[in-house]
Amino acid sequence: MNFAVLQFPGSNCDQDLVHVMKNVLGHSASLVWHKDNSLAGFDAVLVPGGFSYGDYLRTGAIARFSPIMQAVQQFATNGGPVLGVCNGFQILCEAGLLPGALIRNRSLQFRCENVFLKTATNDSPFTSKIPSDKLMRVPIAHGEGCYFADEPTLEKLKANKQILWQYVTDKGEATEQSNPNGSLLNIAGICNEARNVAGLMPHPERASESVLGCVDGKLVFESLIAWMEGKSVAKAA
Amino acid sequence: MKAKIIITPKKAVLDPQGKTVQVALDHMGYKGVGAVHVGKYMEIELTGGDKEGWRKQIDDACHKILSNPVIEDYKFEIVD
Repeated sequence: MNFAVLQFPGSNCDQDLVHVMKNVLGHSASLVWHKDNSLAGFDAVLVPGGFSYGDYLRTGAIARFSPIMQAVQQFATNGGPVLGVCNGFQILCEAGLLPGALIRNRSLQFRCENVFLKTATNDSPFTSKIPSDKLMRVPIAHGEGCYFADEPTLEKLKANKQILWQYVTDKGEATEQSNPNGSLLNIAGICNEARNVAGLMPHPERASESVLGCVDGKLVFESLIAWMEGKSVAKAA
Repeated sequence: MKAKIIITPKKAVLDPQGKTVQVALDHMGYKGVGAVHVGKYMEIELTGGDKEGWRKQIDDACHKILSNPVIEDYKFEIVD
């Protein structure tokens, strides 16, 4: 599989994603500069973390108007899988590819720590291979990760099972204490209605190698790869 | 001409910054201080065109990029 990893001025997790896709998972991955306007030849798009455009105005607000984002809109409309991590999640929300917004952490603190995630549904390209009882330990590093959406949007997210990951305790309970940023419903990650676009605040790419102390994050990428391979087998047949 | 734009968090959106400022004001002895909402103020210098045309353009820009309608409200005026 061939992954596009977008690169905005201020992205800083782009190389980590390329490294994991290539050296850990053995697939192809290339950086795509924000001024490019084509995603031809790519099977999936990864929008990395960082501080695109210095987080000026709002996180992701300026990046979403980069030329490459037009191509991402089209790629997503055509059903291509798109995953945003941290700042990537913020950009996808600003772009309207995902509902809601990410605002300042309730504590006003930048939180940099490991959290536990519960996968709320296996019904998505990004969660299909995550065992349903598995609690993933994945790091977060953000100041604006508090997920907000109005009540009707939250109801829709619940009804359509668009909530993919929630912050939980090490026992798997979604409590206020396990919520590092004040996100509504302890939301750590969601997908769109068509389920091919997802975003999450935690960094699975920072928990994909045993040398880093944890490989739980790799399950997200393995899910995506298995889903894409399944699709190409179906296409060939 | 100039556009003066004020962007504030929507009432339904948690505003931890406003809350923190409110508590600080209270601690400093400013009694009777109610809810604080911290927003943004922008001035944009405008060249050429007329007020009505700019009003439409600035409204469009506020909606598209300067504010996020999911979490923020905006108001603006065009002044000479």
